[in-house]
Amino acid sequence: MSVQPAMPKCWRMESKPHKFCPGCGHGLVLKALGQAIDELGIQDKVVFGCDIGCSLLSWDFFNVDTVQTHHGRTTPVITGIKRANPGVLGIAYMGDGGGYAIGAQHLVSAATRNERITVILVNNTQYGMTGGQMAPTTLPGQKTETTPYGRDIQATGYPTQGPEMVAAITPEGAYVARGTVANVKQLKGFIKKALENQMAGNGFSFVEALSTCPTNWRTNAEETWKFVEQEMTKYFKVGEIKVPGPREKEGQ
Amino acid sequence: MGKVVKIVLAGEGGQGVQSVAEIIAEAANEEGREALYIPNFGVEQRGGVSVAYLQIGDEPIGAPKFQTGDIVVALSDRAVHRTKQYVGPETIFVYDSGIENVENELPKNAKKVLGIPAIEVSKNELHPRVFNIIIMGAVIKATEVVAVEDAKAAIEKKLGYKFEKNPKLREMNFRAIERGMELVASAM
Amino acid sequence: MPEKPIQGEKRVFMTGNEVVAWAALAAGAEIMYGYPITPQNEIMHYWTRLMPKYDRKFLQTEDELSAGFTTVGGVLAGRRAFTATAGPGNTLMQEPMSMAEAMRLPVVVVVQQRGGPSTATVIYSQQEVTMTTLGGNGEGLRVVYSTATHQELFDYTIKAFNTAWKYRFPTFVLGDGYQAKMRESLTFYDPAERGIEMVPTEPYVGKPGMPGVDRPPTHLRNTYNVEEELYEVLKDYLADYAKAAPEIAEYEAFDTEDAELVVVSHGVVSRAGKAAVKELREAGYKVGYFRPITLRPLPVDQLREVANKAGQLLVVESANGQLDRLVKEAAYGCSAEILPMFKPGVGITAEEVVARVKEIKG
Repeated sequence: MSVQPAMPKCWRMESKPHKFCPGCGHGLVLKALGQAIDELGIQDKVVFGCDIGCSLLSWDFFNVDTVQTHHGRTTPVITGIKRANPGVLGIAYMGDGGGYAIGAQHLVSAATRNERITVILVNNTQYGMTGGQMAPTTLPGQKTETTPYGRDIQATGYPTQGPEMVAAITPEGAYVARGTVANVKQLKGFIKKALENQMAGNGFSFVEALSTCPTNWRTNAEETWKFVEQEMTKYFKVGEIKVPGPREKEGQ
Repeated sequence: MGKVVKIVLAGEGGQGVQSVAEIIAEAANEEGREALYIPNFGVEQRGGVSVAYLQIGDEPIGAPKFQTGDIVVALSDRAVHRTKQYVGPETIFVYDSGIENVENELPKNAKKVLGIPAIEVSKNELHPRVFNIIIMGAVIKATEVVAVEDAKAAIEKKLGYKFEKNPKLREMNFRAIERGMELVASAM
Repeated sequence: MPEKPIQGEKRVFMTGNEVVAWAALAAGAEIMYGYPITPQNEIMHYWTRLMPKYDRKFLQTEDELSAGFTTVGGVLAGRRAFTATAGPGNTLMQEPMSMAEAMRLPVVVVVQQRGGPSTATVIYSQQEVTMTTLGGNGEGLRVVYSTATHQELFDYTIKAFNTAWKYRFPTFVLGDGYQAKMRESLTFYDPAERGIEMVPTEPYVGKPGMPGVDRPPTHLRNTYNVEEELYEVLKDYLADYAKAAPEIAEYEAFDTEDAELVVVSHGVVSRAGKAAVKELREAGYKVGYFRPITLRPLPVDQLREVANKAGQLLVVESANGQLDRLVKEAAYGCSAEILPMFKPGVGITAEEVVARVKEIKG
């Protein structure tokens, strides 16, 4: 991990320190997003929508116009805003439950329509806010409150491959990548390209961020990083998956 | 204040009862009268009997559907069954006399039951496609809800683009109205 | 600038769904979001045919949740946005409308009621009254106009946008399958030519200026940390609603002064109610007619006055007591006996109402 730079300019000081648990990956994802917004100079253009779940805590995180929506419904709210006012840059921020379970139909449909919005989805393999239940992204064998003996893939299936799905169903012009809070610089790069893709009007842009939840994982710092860097990456490949322009090299 | 005339038209899909109701309603509206037309629609219509409810009067019309029609027209055996419920002592019931084995099913409580050979006339004298226009003529004659010129104008409005290409069609449609009127006149 | 959709006054003859599309155009609605469901489909059909000429927009969504939430988005962007739905779609619509209530978003929804529960019929009912007035998890902070004629569909669709944007409560136009599909005459007009000023809209998000520098950022939430925090917000909302209610409430009534029995109905059934009362009056019965035009808020004072004067109220509806429940709550403690005439999911004719009244009165 590099030295922590100063807070992004678009962060709202009045709502810091933020409300996420110690060790939570949301702060890192939102830092990457904040840096991307700053670098692109789009603070006055962004409309940020946050889902319900831990992502709801970001409702006053930035000095950007923000709306907190319902669980799973951030994609259609941002879609509606963007359709009505194409001059804004719409960002839908959600967790894996919001994107891949309750809001899956919205993600799928926005992707197939190639909506000119950016979806940032935080994957921490379980439902954090409700106390650590199984999510579509829970790893095989992973213990959660609703899989106390470990996720049984026979009964509940494999972890959802979100970006791969989005890449498969989006038309040309879409941007799809999976980053990780273990590499914030790379994640920021992906988010920036996702936003640039929206600014260019190319199509849908989607970034999944592998993230941490030591609270519900019940892990210490070392175990937390080991899980995100070594366990999650067995199922979730980090990198760009669909790029309209030239690809960024892996691990950059 | 003239009494509201209540009309039920029922037939098989494709017999064109909805077009007839719509054209008569348009004609009445053009005359500045109040008309309300409502079809049955959707799932109820798929594979079922097509029913059109039409009311024409001088004051705003009340409820869109009603219990008893002044004239009830049934163009198939199923339509005869379906529309018996709308017949009362003041109802003129019109059916196509070409429908087979329906004599015992005809309503007994109607003011008048008129069998008209509309299917036959359309096939032999005119063209099957103007069958519903013959029915329209019959309804106009039996109810006198709209003037025949206005009915013709409404047909012109709806089908004028076809008449432009083939003026014979116009002639055939107008003839069909007149034949429908004649059929009712002679049956009455 | 595209031309105005309606210039001058014009008598027209068309279906209710077509009327709604024209009314939304006339009201200056800028974008419609929708999902197909019978019997509202033709609202979308006409809107999509008419909109290019008048520079309006449409998005067909993946379901009614999305139709509702994208409409919420359209309003957040500061546009006059609306959607239309029915039946099971209205059920899904309640989720986005609870967000609209929570954030005071002036969303307009046209509902063409169909039979219920479940898929039931695509034809007609008045069974979406409870859901439309009080649906969602919340307090029913919304306005519901129940129309009876095509003229009212036109008038109240226009009005719904103004009520919504003036008071910032989600506003519904509650029609039904009969009104959707039937054809009758009405008069079109441009609201401005009738002196109806459209309440201006404004964006909630995507406003000009640098947020946090030139202006505070918009931070809209619907989640609260503690009970008291929510209660403070709701107290204000409820006070606003109570204050607005008498300004918003509308009704229609006649012959109630000396009536022994008053027929209470709403929407398309009130046409049967009206015809029946007129016929009964001519036959010498002392009957009256009362019809709430707003089902939420109800015209409570006027209803109570009637319920204290007449001996009996006959509540007539194409549902099993959904209007009746609202009436009884409003008329609690009033002297009139409240009698039912319920035909859930089925149309009601004037003849039936006449027969029922004669049965009651002997």
